[in-house]
Amino acid sequence: MANLKEMAKKGEFLAGGHRACAGCTFPQIIRQTLAAADTPVVCGAATGCMEVTTTIFPYTAWKIPFIHSAFENVAATISGVEAAYRSLKKQGKYDKDVRFIAFGGDGGTYDIGLQSLSGAMERGHRMLYICYNNEAYMNTGVQRSSATPKGAHTTTSPAGTVEKGKKQFSKDLTAIMVAHNIPYAAQASPSHWNDLVTKVQKALATDGPSFMNVIMPCRLGWAFNPEHGIKIARDAVNSCYWPLYEVVDGQYKLTYKPREKLPVREFFKEQTKFRHLFQPGNEHLLAEVQAEVDRRWEKVLKMCEQA
Amino acid sequence: MSSSVKEVVRKRIALTGNEAAAWAMKQINPDVVAAYPITPQTEIMQIFADYVADGEVDTELVTVESEHSAMSACIGSEAAGARTMTATSSQGLALMWEMLYIAAGLRLPIVMPMVNRALSSPINIHCDHSDSMGARDTGWIQLYAENAQEVYDNVIQAIRIAEHPDLLLPVMINLDGFIISHALEPVEAFTNEEVRAFIGKHKPAYSLLDVDNPITVGALDLTDYYFEHKRSEVEPMLHATDVIEQVAADFAQKFGRRYELFDEYWMEGADFAIVVLGSTAGTAKVVVDELRNRGIRAGLIKLRVFRPFPHKQLADVLSGLKAVAVMDRSEGMAGMGGPVFHEVRSALYDYEPRPAIVNYVYGLGGRDITLNHINTVYEDLMDISRNGKHAKGRTTVGDLVTYLGVRE
Repeated sequence: MANLKEMAKKGEFLAGGHRACAGCTFPQIIRQTLAAADTPVVCGAATGCMEVTTTIFPYTAWKIPFIHSAFENVAATISGVEAAYRSLKKQGKYDKDVRFIAFGGDGGTYDIGLQSLSGAMERGHRMLYICYNNEAYMNTGVQRSSATPKGAHTTTSPAGTVEKGKKQFSKDLTAIMVAHNIPYAAQASPSHWNDLVTKVQKALATDGPSFMNVIMPCRLGWAFNPEHGIKIARDAVNSCYWPLYEVVDGQYKLTYKPREKLPVREFFKEQTKFRHLFQPGNEHLLAEVQAEVDRRWEKVLKMCEQA
Repeated sequence: MSSSVKEVVRKRIALTGNEAAAWAMKQINPDVVAAYPITPQTEIMQIFADYVADGEVDTELVTVESEHSAMSACIGSEAAGARTMTATSSQGLALMWEMLYIAAGLRLPIVMPMVNRALSSPINIHCDHSDSMGARDTGWIQLYAENAQEVYDNVIQAIRIAEHPDLLLPVMINLDGFIISHALEPVEAFTNEEVRAFIGKHKPAYSLLDVDNPITVGALDLTDYYFEHKRSEVEPMLHATDVIEQVAADFAQKFGRRYELFDEYWMEGADFAIVVLGSTAGTAKVVVDELRNRGIRAGLIKLRVFRPFPHKQLADVLSGLKAVAVMDRSEGMAGMGGPVFHEVRSALYDYEPRPAIVNYVYGLGGRDITLNHINTVYEDLMDISRNGKHAKGRTTVGDLVTYLGVRE
């Protein structure tokens, strides 16, 4: 359980004045993550909004060491940093206690960076990989990824007169990471800051690789009022669209159960990427999405009950 | 490599080129190696894995899942202040391509033996230089070796070159796949202590692990800064030949073997010469010896340093000749021969008089290059020297290129 007062004393590690969109929710994710750490942290990011908006030369918003090299490889890049740390430490050339965090968007994690991530998790580097998941390629202007939900309008899965947005459901990356048998994996949301911070603390305390998939409402691609980012993240959780759970050594545990399960349409309604789903004749699409969300929620519950 | 300037008795051991590279890596004892297997480089990482398993090195070996991740991990490691190495070949280098530029642009002194092998398609595992030539504009320094001894010596010198504070550039040490990598040769090796004393300690100016002085690596440059940063990346390349020569001089003083930017073989009084890099230089030397015995004024230039290209030094040697043949073990697909040809020809453009310069593309996909092939090149050069033009009447740019040993 995180203590907000204690966390506030640690100071800011991400400076204001970065150039993320008004209403963007990844700055909250970064701040909550860095506030959770009790030791110095070295961060990396894949090419994407986070890197682009926080490191425009000659400025940087990062008050901690930060590296970006390319799009598909933040897990491999941080593998190298962590290997350097282990090597220098065992040789007595370095004596500090440091943790390593890699951030990647869903494009850089679910798609182009999946191989690099899989390799890093399998090798067992002591690092926390956080996917800030806004469910599309937002930095290049809202293209569909394998994290984009069915029915969502993106610029490469547009809602047209014949086709009604993305045809496929998103893949379950968290389950793929769990299948790597890593000691810690979790889903989180910036709306549930205490849950997120506690998970980061557990991940950083884990002597091995850990993975967190964090839902990240995107002002640009999801198109909602900029002050509603955290509310929308909360709706994602309360509709059971984005279950909050953790998997410790293979054991699933639900970390938050909504008192009242919102219909998915409540989560979707403010986002213009789903606007067409509310038009007459598309009711079946919304019903299909609801059914899949229910099925996945039940599956998570079952995994947690079995544990 | 010319003969010893100093008599030094050292341990001579039989090593393949791959073993020589791995042996040098063991003696360097890098903090981190991140590597991925690929023929014909695989042996280097296998042998090195044995050193790690037997505790002969302090290295953290990161057995990545691709060459792209190998170079990415090297970038992370070197940015964290660790002395870092890898090795690759062919498709592996091609897969690293994106990251090669980033390693150089971030000024990270990563050192990489690169076992030359043809690029697909068609797939082929044997030697040519299309892999490293494809990476010629990435900002890496490129050294080429004629034999296993030069591989060993080049790998050791590469650490000093890469980490020189005026350079901070990654270095690729090229060796011909199978011809050098798998052929057993006597190699004179130094002791671990001698090698470690020569390379010195790694002293990076910045490190991601310096958490009290945080740095941001790999920031976004827009139209207002990118050009200046790329321009500043050229600066160390302009001085790199000086540094390479300084390191070679120090190496000669410590170990007795002298290295140059290129070797001049029978160039004194030569009327014409071949320019070549890699193992083919050894074959060509035999032909030059025979020609010289017959009183024919043939010479040979063996390029050791291809990046930066020693254009001035080379032009000074070649400009007085009557004819030059540049041998390329890769095809530039430019419609006018291979990359070494382009560089040499360009280097001589401002010189008056300048020799006739022709190109021979040879040995693609491991095709044998024989004494007879080299002989025909010298015969052509004799004709050109005598007649002022190519024996076969070739005058246009497109006709300057001959494919040696191919069925047409």
